[in-house]
Amino acid sequence: MSVTKEVSKIKQTPQSDKIKQKPIVMYEDVHKSFGDVEVLKGINLQIKPGEKLALIGPSGSGKTTIIRMLMTLEEPTEGNIIVGDNNLWKVKKDGEFKRANEKHLRKVRGEIGMVFQHFNLFPHMTILQNCMTGPVQVKKESKASARERSIQMLEKVGLGDKLDNYPNQLSGGQKQRVAMARALVMRPRIMLFDEVTSALDPELVGEVLEVIRDIAQDGEMAMVLVTHEMDFAQEIADRIVFLEDGVIAEEGTPTEVLEQSTNERLQSFLHRFRSSNGN
Amino acid sequence: MNWKWDMFFDAFPFVLQGLGITVALTIACYIFAVVFGFVWTFLKRIPIKSVHWLVSWVMEFIRSTPPLVQLFFIYYALPMVPVIEISLNAFLSAVLGLGLHYSTYIAEVYRSGIESIPKGQWEASTALNFTRRQKWTKIILPQAIPPTIPMLGNYFIIMFKEVPLASTIGVTGILHMANTYGSHHFRYLEALTIVAIIFLVLSYPAAILVRKLEEKMNRRFDKNELLEENKGAVS
Repeated sequence: MSVTKEVSKIKQTPQSDKIKQKPIVMYEDVHKSFGDVEVLKGINLQIKPGEKLALIGPSGSGKTTIIRMLMTLEEPTEGNIIVGDNNLWKVKKDGEFKRANEKHLRKVRGEIGMVFQHFNLFPHMTILQNCMTGPVQVKKESKASARERSIQMLEKVGLGDKLDNYPNQLSGGQKQRVAMARALVMRPRIMLFDEVTSALDPELVGEVLEVIRDIAQDGEMAMVLVTHEMDFAQEIADRIVFLEDGVIAEEGTPTEVLEQSTNERLQSFLHRFRSSNGN
Repeated sequence: MNWKWDMFFDAFPFVLQGLGITVALTIACYIFAVVFGFVWTFLKRIPIKSVHWLVSWVMEFIRSTPPLVQLFFIYYALPMVPVIEISLNAFLSAVLGLGLHYSTYIAEVYRSGIESIPKGQWEASTALNFTRRQKWTKIILPQAIPPTIPMLGNYFIIMFKEVPLASTIGVTGILHMANTYGSHHFRYLEALTIVAIIFLVLSYPAAILVRKLEEKMNRRFDKNELLEENKGAVS
């Protein structure tokens, strides 16, 4: 685990600055059940503007569900998720909280972007069209400007020469980089990464992490990474949250969580994780 | 009774007069079915239980009743139904009857196309904050409809072959013309053979065309799908 320590200097904003700022996202006692199974049992979590947060934990611990609720792909069973000044899933009407309608969700969701485990590129569009469609359709940006920004973004992720290719002509790593460019051109304030390297062949993981590292260095955007790449989490995260069995079992700086914690479940998770990865 | 070639050549132009009507009716019924199929598909997706149940039931009802019965009902009985009292001419009755009947099948084709689109496509378009309409028009339908084109083509051929039913309510297509010719000359053999030949000559090339289209679509979509699925299977 020692490799990552010197790299952690890349974090630009000092921790203390961020703590003073008002959180951009707040989870307040959030529960989520699928049928009879309660996967989240009261999550309280804050994300500050520009903060890089990593969610780790065994599979089935509810990490992905946490960010999917923020992207409005799952509705919490109980509790509040506050984004900026808005309650994401609820609207106050006649003094009572009602379930948010699509219009409200669209308004709040505009701040958030997401990259998926299985890329979810649009197969009927070229790489460039995949990136342009968001700004053009949703932000009503002119085609010329959306095109220019999309090309810039695709060049940034190293795919400037693939503009007119279709997704099925790319490798997994390339697809995932397109997916990141597609999310980034929407200029979200919060970007969610849902196990973005899990579906990749091992030799392609590096190129994707490289791009995330790049994005993280730009600084302004808050990032939430659900990940199994423990070294990478330690390297770029300001804070790590360990989830187990639907609750936050431990949270703190990478050093606190990965090295100093005495939480038994975390220890056993890290132990299992490290031994299965051979280091 | 033996075959008479002079009868055959005499009947041919007479029967052929009905071809325009048969083709026009096929196209009209088909357009009705294709458009109304969409209506069913979207009605059925309304997330209200009672509406879903009602729509499913109505579709099931239409599908389980013979088209001929529906045709007779629309042409003969509808004018007598209180409140509705609509009387349509034979051609429009056939469009409504056959069009409605097949729209319920075409709705299934659309449904299968739409359901074949992975959930991730919906989620990605939500993440980009598309409106509901944009999701449908920009992401889902452009992927869902092309693979269904061969099946929709098949329904066109099926429709063409069902259209003679309309002769029972007096639409003057080729079958009706052949019957008329037959009853005038007390000979049906040649006239009805002509009808069969016309259907064969038109349906068979159409079927080949649809099969070609299907092969082309399969090739195009297999490539996409396979790559995508292989990736999914790894994790």
